[in-house]
Amino acid sequence: MAQALTRAMRDAMAEDPTVHVMGEDVGTLGGVFRITDGLAKEFGEDRCTDTPLAEAGILGAAVGMAMYGLRPVVEMQFDAFAYPAFEQLISHVAKMRNRTRGAMPLPITIRVPYGGGIGGVEHHCDSSEAYYVATPGLHVVTPATVEDAYGLLRASIASDDPVVFLEPKRLYWSKADWSPQAPAAVPGIGKALVRRAGTSATLITYGPSLPVCLEAAEAAREEGWDLEVVDLRSLVPFDEETVVESVRRTGRAVVVHEANGFGGPGAEIAARVTERCFHHLEAPVLRVTGFDIPYPPPMLEKHHLPGVDRILDTVARLQWEN
Amino acid sequence: MTVQELPGAGASHRSTPPAWRPRTDAAPLLPDAEPYRVLGTEAADRLDPALMRRCYAELVRGRRYNAQATALTKQGRLAVYPSTVGQEACEIAAALVLEEQDWLFPSYRDTLAAVARGLDPVQALTLLRGDWHTGYDPREHRIAPLSTPLATQLPHAVGLAHAARLRGDDVVALAMVGDGGTSEGDFHEALNFAAVWQAPVVFLVQNNGFAISVPLAKQSAAPTLAHKAVGYGMPGRLVDGNDIAAMHEVLAEAVRRARSGGGPTLIEAVTYRMEAHTNADDATRYRGDAEVEAWKAHDPVELLERELTARGILDEAGVQQARDDAEAMAAALREGMNADPVLNPMDLFENVYAEQTGVLREQAAMLRAELEAEDQE
Repeated sequence: MAQALTRAMRDAMAEDPTVHVMGEDVGTLGGVFRITDGLAKEFGEDRCTDTPLAEAGILGAAVGMAMYGLRPVVEMQFDAFAYPAFEQLISHVAKMRNRTRGAMPLPITIRVPYGGGIGGVEHHCDSSEAYYVATPGLHVVTPATVEDAYGLLRASIASDDPVVFLEPKRLYWSKADWSPQAPAAVPGIGKALVRRAGTSATLITYGPSLPVCLEAAEAAREEGWDLEVVDLRSLVPFDEETVVESVRRTGRAVVVHEANGFGGPGAEIAARVTERCFHHLEAPVLRVTGFDIPYPPPMLEKHHLPGVDRILDTVARLQWEN
Repeated sequence: MTVQELPGAGASHRSTPPAWRPRTDAAPLLPDAEPYRVLGTEAADRLDPALMRRCYAELVRGRRYNAQATALTKQGRLAVYPSTVGQEACEIAAALVLEEQDWLFPSYRDTLAAVARGLDPVQALTLLRGDWHTGYDPREHRIAPLSTPLATQLPHAVGLAHAARLRGDDVVALAMVGDGGTSEGDFHEALNFAAVWQAPVVFLVQNNGFAISVPLAKQSAAPTLAHKAVGYGMPGRLVDGNDIAAMHEVLAEAVRRARSGGGPTLIEAVTYRMEAHTNADDATRYRGDAEVEAWKAHDPVELLERELTARGILDEAGVQQARDDAEAMAAALREGMNADPVLNPMDLFENVYAEQTGVLREQAAMLRAELEAEDQE
């Protein structure tokens, strides 16, 4: 996946001279995860810039650059390090199009490596998507596959609106039969995909939880359940049609994500599904999420992250017996 | 405890670290001890009569604009207005030093600078009137939206100036902030970025004495706010903010330096807010009449009028002409503000995104139905 993300930025920069990559350590080092590797060498330090260590300054400068017609791609080094930039994000990035009544859209892509499962120390593993999702004016996108890493990042950079592009850290090293020379086309921002067809219930998920849900769906066959898995790919815009169509077919739904449950994206999704599918539902919409705790230390994170067993236990609660 | 007294700091353990960076002489970056002045000094001998007559006309207009806007708040035509009475010289000079292609980044208090740069006075007041958040196309006028959060527009100015330079364009960005705004983190980050990138930016701090009610002494322990510049590696300049000739000279020099690749400058204009923070504020709670009276004797409009009249650059007819022009502007502003703005509630859903999301389409349909039901009643 890391290679696909790099390739997406490289191709965007080659095609469009207004695309600029900026952030901490993105130039000479190629980023702490090496996602920007080689970009400074190929396009020069003016196009792939090591900035001072200041997240608000980075995003604030990106706003000014976008005001002048550039397309900045900003790397926030880790999820929890993006918080100093929240005022710029919420007060300016998300609102500039609206404040100026359409005169000044800001085509900024904000790449945020997020989530746990890599044994990171504190402040390196947050799932902060609820904050972004709660902010009108932002698109919030997260790939779970190598193809999507490339395709969704290209679509995000091409978008005239600001996009928070959440990169699941633990999938950086996931592999696929994917050719960087001939990347397959993917549907743009705002389209969910059924990753596994099934009839018994729908697992609604995204980002780092997709592989876990697919694994759970395989394991569920032993119990006699044929689970459908929907990958949202984009939290804003939310593809209600794909989700609703699936749940109406299966009659049961479980939302799975790594972020905290209370006030998390799953609450919104469960409410929407209930509103739209009430007469089709055989059971309440359930959620499998991280606990409502600050992200735990690495040696305990396996207890916090939703795993196959917790998903199957929840599926078992879907009122199978009358 | 000195280094020598530290345990283990004996001579045998001591070594010289490699030089990690060249040292530069900070002295040229430091501001003068006193604010720079032109009016009433020998430097006034070299005043440019045409420029000063223009400055005078703009100052008179600015004073009248402030009075008219304040009157409009009393009539309920304007929701809120942060006055710049006493600070007109800073506002006007900031607008006059910029070329057409340059950009202005005003704070919420700087409507007058935007008007002096040529923005229609009614459009400039759109935000404060409560109509829409910004009443103009920033690209058309090269004026960023008035920034309500403090100092957050400063990094934008840096980014824009940096982008323009990368593209080879001759553009300078002038960013305005108050004394209170210098305490914000974005102020620090913007100055640091600007200096590291050598961006063509001028930072203008209007030190008007108070951040709403909090005096500068409780805001900063720096010798002056201009001294902050040296820490970032840019020149700091201290100037009398009520002396428009001094303001113009210092700002023009900083703009020239930025334009020629010399990097950013931080300017502290020492001035005074003669009126309350806004019409919602009671300034008598935090400052005395004596202080306000003392500043009245240093009024920016009168300072210039006295100098120009004494030098024969301005005559009675010139004064009258400026007042007549200002009156005409005020009449047009009154008329514009008395016309009720036409607002379409459905615009709430426009311009959140380039293309409405499903959620917004749903909510727009709900409001449309509510509006239609109201119409039928």
